[in-house]
Amino acid sequence: MRQRTEFIQGNETCVRAALYAGLDFFAGYPITPSSEITEHMAAHLPRIGGSFLQMEDEISSLCSIIGASLTGHKVMTATSGPGFSLMQEALGFAVMTEIPCVIADVQRGGPSTGLPTHGSQGDVYQARWGTQGDHAIISLTASNHQDLFAMTVEAFNMAETFRTPVVLLLDEITGHMREPLTLPREGEIPVIERLRTSVPEGVDYHPYLPREDGRLPMSDFGGKHRYNVTGLYHDMWGFPTTDPKVIHGLIHHLMDKIENHAHEITRYREYYLDDAHTVLISYGCSARTALHVVTSRRRRGEKLGLLEIQSLWPFPAELVRAKCEHAHYILVVEMNMGQVVHEVKKAVQDPERVYLANRVDGEFITPTDVRNIMRLVHGRGV
Amino acid sequence: MSRHRLIFAGAGGQGVITAAIILAETAVHFEGQNAVQSQSYGAAARGGISRSDVILSDAPIHFPKVTQPNTLICLTQEAYNSFNTIIRPGGLLIADTHHVTLQTRAEARIFHLPLYDTVVQEIGNPVVFNICLLGALQALTGLVRLDSLQQTLAQRVPSRYLEMNEKALQLGAQLGEQAEVQKP
Repeated sequence: MRQRTEFIQGNETCVRAALYAGLDFFAGYPITPSSEITEHMAAHLPRIGGSFLQMEDEISSLCSIIGASLTGHKVMTATSGPGFSLMQEALGFAVMTEIPCVIADVQRGGPSTGLPTHGSQGDVYQARWGTQGDHAIISLTASNHQDLFAMTVEAFNMAETFRTPVVLLLDEITGHMREPLTLPREGEIPVIERLRTSVPEGVDYHPYLPREDGRLPMSDFGGKHRYNVTGLYHDMWGFPTTDPKVIHGLIHHLMDKIENHAHEITRYREYYLDDAHTVLISYGCSARTALHVVTSRRRRGEKLGLLEIQSLWPFPAELVRAKCEHAHYILVVEMNMGQVVHEVKKAVQDPERVYLANRVDGEFITPTDVRNIMRLVHGRGV
Repeated sequence: MSRHRLIFAGAGGQGVITAAIILAETAVHFEGQNAVQSQSYGAAARGGISRSDVILSDAPIHFPKVTQPNTLICLTQEAYNSFNTIIRPGGLLIADTHHVTLQTRAEARIFHLPLYDTVVQEIGNPVVFNICLLGALQALTGLVRLDSLQQTLAQRVPSRYLEMNEKALQLGAQLGEQAEVQKP
């Protein structure tokens, strides 16, 4: 059978993928440029017996999906920069209590309410460090609808596998753009279900006692077992503690369960890197511009390649170091004042090879912008 | 590799973005082409410049915006004033006579068509102005077939409004077929 091709926005693609991954609970507060995610969730979820809640703000949106996840649902919320700012406290709570959830942040110009209808990639560090305290986080992104579908499903899979919030970093450009999407068949992309405890009813269940492999089986809250959940440092029963040994163990567990699996989480695409003298590194919407430049310049014989990063956090430092080993110049193409560029500088040897190719006036960075910056870097003037 | 870049420009509420989506969707669903459609607009629901970019191609499309259109469509004076200079030399300009007074002569094939007036006169409802435009665009460019556009309309438009939309499409196609290039 021929697969169905849709011609839809990135935001709707995200919704289709979330449903494919088994999402059955969404709570949100509409905000440009993410509103279509909320809109399509409201249309689709009631039809499949799922729940859609329009909340009074972004704080309650994230809080309610965290609660729903704890009771056994696959959950998501969607917002943009200003709403994502409001969610930071609850994001930290989900990190600390290890409750799987997916937060889509369709980035617009910031800070504050900034530029609602224009694209930006200014929230990369907000996804990483927006909530306080040491922690690890997973953040995924994509530049086209086919990859966005896959990354959204992966976001749900990783949230379950690592019991963590996953931030799906989209942007106004890919969120609002329409392009063809071939809907994957059922089973074409694996869907990972929640690991639930085998402890029977009436027997003590320890919500925060890791198995040998470090994973924590869950029990649907309000179901077979009684247990405590708190944002305070807690012991294996979930009750607050100030015991230094327990605190030491928990903070290391929260970091290690993700950082030690960075290689499993790493997602990327590469184009023409084998003999590239100049390596462009990009992600999300900017990677479309970068790929345009690389393919058009290759036709003229210029040795240009692209590394498109799809898993921004944990940052794939080893991958970047390896792919840039022989590069003379490294240009990081992003729509902010320089965020991923700092991670690239930390990752590679000889960081003086690394330059920022950016645009921050609300307009989408063009191939001409990138070519001009590249000419300057190569010492050839614009 | 064939590639056609279009800009649909007008005011918020005229349906320029919808027209762009219908064209791109038609190319993908009924003509086996690749297409990307994007838009830019301000925070207001009505008014202000509304612009939508469409690229049709038989190859992958990476950069989704149009910097130099092969075809530029202007449905307001403000849109015309803003964009008439960026048209690709030898490109096509379609402007509405009711809303746009042509000023400088761009190096383009210019079609100044009474789209709005025809729709108001023949149908009495300006809501299908954008569909009339699509008919003219089809006749002037042949980017997609007329019956493919009709199929998309049949899918998208509620049945009670379908006849009105089909009529607007036909009116536009006739205007396009009969149109003559504006003499400098």
